[in-house]
Amino acid sequence: MSVSFGASRTADGWQFRALRHPSFLAGAVLTALVMTIAAVSLHWTPWDPTAIDIPAKFQPPSTAHWFGTDQFGRDVLAMIMRGAVTSIAVSIFAVGLGAGVGVPLGLLAAQQRGFADQAIMRASDFVFAFPALLIAIMLREVFGPGATNAVVAIGIFNIPVFARVAYGAALPLWTRDFVLAARVAGKGLVRITVEHILPNMVSLVIVQATIQLSLGILAEAALSYVGLGVQPPAPSWGRMLNEAQTLMGLAPRLALIPGFAIIVTVLGLNLLGDGLRDIFDPRLARER
Amino acid sequence: MLSFALRRMIALLVTLAVATVLVFTVLEVLPGDPAQVMLGTEARPDTLAALRDKLGLNQPAPERYLHWVAGLVTGDLGVSYTYATPVAELVRDRLAVSLPLAVFALALTTLIAIPLGAWAAARRNSAVDVGVMAATQIGIAAPNFWLAMLLALLFAITLRWLPAGGFPGWSAGPWPALRALILPAVALALPQASILARVMRSSLLDTLGDDYVRTARAKGLSAGQALRRHALRNAMIPVLTIMGLQFSFLLAGTIIIENVFYLPGLGRLVFQAINQRDLIVVKSVVMLLVASVIVVNFLVDVAYAAVDPRLRRRG
Repeated sequence: MSVSFGASRTADGWQFRALRHPSFLAGAVLTALVMTIAAVSLHWTPWDPTAIDIPAKFQPPSTAHWFGTDQFGRDVLAMIMRGAVTSIAVSIFAVGLGAGVGVPLGLLAAQQRGFADQAIMRASDFVFAFPALLIAIMLREVFGPGATNAVVAIGIFNIPVFARVAYGAALPLWTRDFVLAARVAGKGLVRITVEHILPNMVSLVIVQATIQLSLGILAEAALSYVGLGVQPPAPSWGRMLNEAQTLMGLAPRLALIPGFAIIVTVLGLNLLGDGLRDIFDPRLARER
Repeated sequence: MLSFALRRMIALLVTLAVATVLVFTVLEVLPGDPAQVMLGTEARPDTLAALRDKLGLNQPAPERYLHWVAGLVTGDLGVSYTYATPVAELVRDRLAVSLPLAVFALALTTLIAIPLGAWAAARRNSAVDVGVMAATQIGIAAPNFWLAMLLALLFAITLRWLPAGGFPGWSAGPWPALRALILPAVALALPQASILARVMRSSLLDTLGDDYVRTARAKGLSAGQALRRHALRNAMIPVLTIMGLQFSFLLAGTIIIENVFYLPGLGRLVFQAINQRDLIVVKSVVMLLVASVIVVNFLVDVAYAAVDPRLRRRG
């Protein structure tokens, strides 16, 4: 079996490039920070993120409430921390759904060619015409608003993205010598796909998944903002922004803080994705 | 070229037909009884029966589907349950807000992204380039509705230069209407422009390395002249591709931004219809939005084939 995609020939080279890549390092640090905060919030938050305390409403940042409190006296830091879980979980499940269905479809299209190839790729073109928001609007009547609706809507939008990436990566691999050798050796199409095609394109799928995760975070925030995502009392960054909108003049920090949380998360994932792409395929980095 | 356009046209019609089946199935068949969805669980049986009768729900689903599609083709989208107005009329009124907003945002996106991307490419690795790239990274990461809120805070609430929301209507004159669309259009354009500026930069860097640019320089053109006369035009091809792909994001963005600024456009209509359980409006507006993405993609494909003959052999 040949080594991974592009010019990453040795493990040493891979790690060396990663440590010298500023975008990868910055992205990895930001992403690790957000992931850690989310993980910690599952066991500990400074206050209960859903606890309403009206007398303590609109408190400015203090040592007791680092980011202050909102219009219901809820601790903003605790809501941001738990909101990270919502954001990341919805995005991961949605990307998992998109990759879980899209990658096999793309691989199948590349392997089968002919009618199956055409059918799968036309179907993926078709799904592209449905932005996640419209899918969520339609599915609301089936699932009702909530995390499932958000995951399925964003996930469906991700399917053609992964199908195309997998197809585009797998197609040229089928003409490579090591695949021909495997065919001559009598291996079946499925076995060749699993043993030779998939390992050689997995890095591309990882890069795409990182980018789709960041888009998923943005899409989840948008769906929560319009009330189609996670429902109260579960904290979510998008809904925090929705609730803060009418309070912009009174307490702008209620809108600023969740916005910064989204930017840091998305920025981290985007930098990580850019970095991973350069590291997996240094030819691209040189061209840029 | 004609046979390519014809092939694509047939594919377009098939895609649109499949989309109608999907929208109809998800919005009218899967949720169970649309009358129950619209009236809620507390509705009296006779009210439910009356609505079912009015909406023609007693007919079998395939018949209702054909009736709906025939209506879509002839422009008869039914009558809204909550507004008691023909849906086609509602859509026409709301398009008068959504369409200018989308065009305004697209124009701003282009006006910001192309010069910015070209500027960064022309001064590769300089402070300008690094600054533009950093700003666009943040522009891509920022949700458009959050930018919208910040713009409203700064320009409407603090400085009071522009309205924070609402739409006076075109009858009030073009300037008050355009003023109401400035902040929404900027909020929509900034993230899109960030993506496009990056595409413009990398595309221009690619073409600047091409032989014909080197030849132009050898003929005595300055770097700026070679860029303007030769590289820029070729660099636009990937930029146009991305602009076509951005349409569906622009559409989704418009739906959300209209809700931030309380603009009476299609996006606001669809959300009000969702909250009021007006499935007749939701079904037709969703179909219209999906159809617009499909048609734009088709037009982009055909435009490409017209420009680049190599693409006609595919598709």
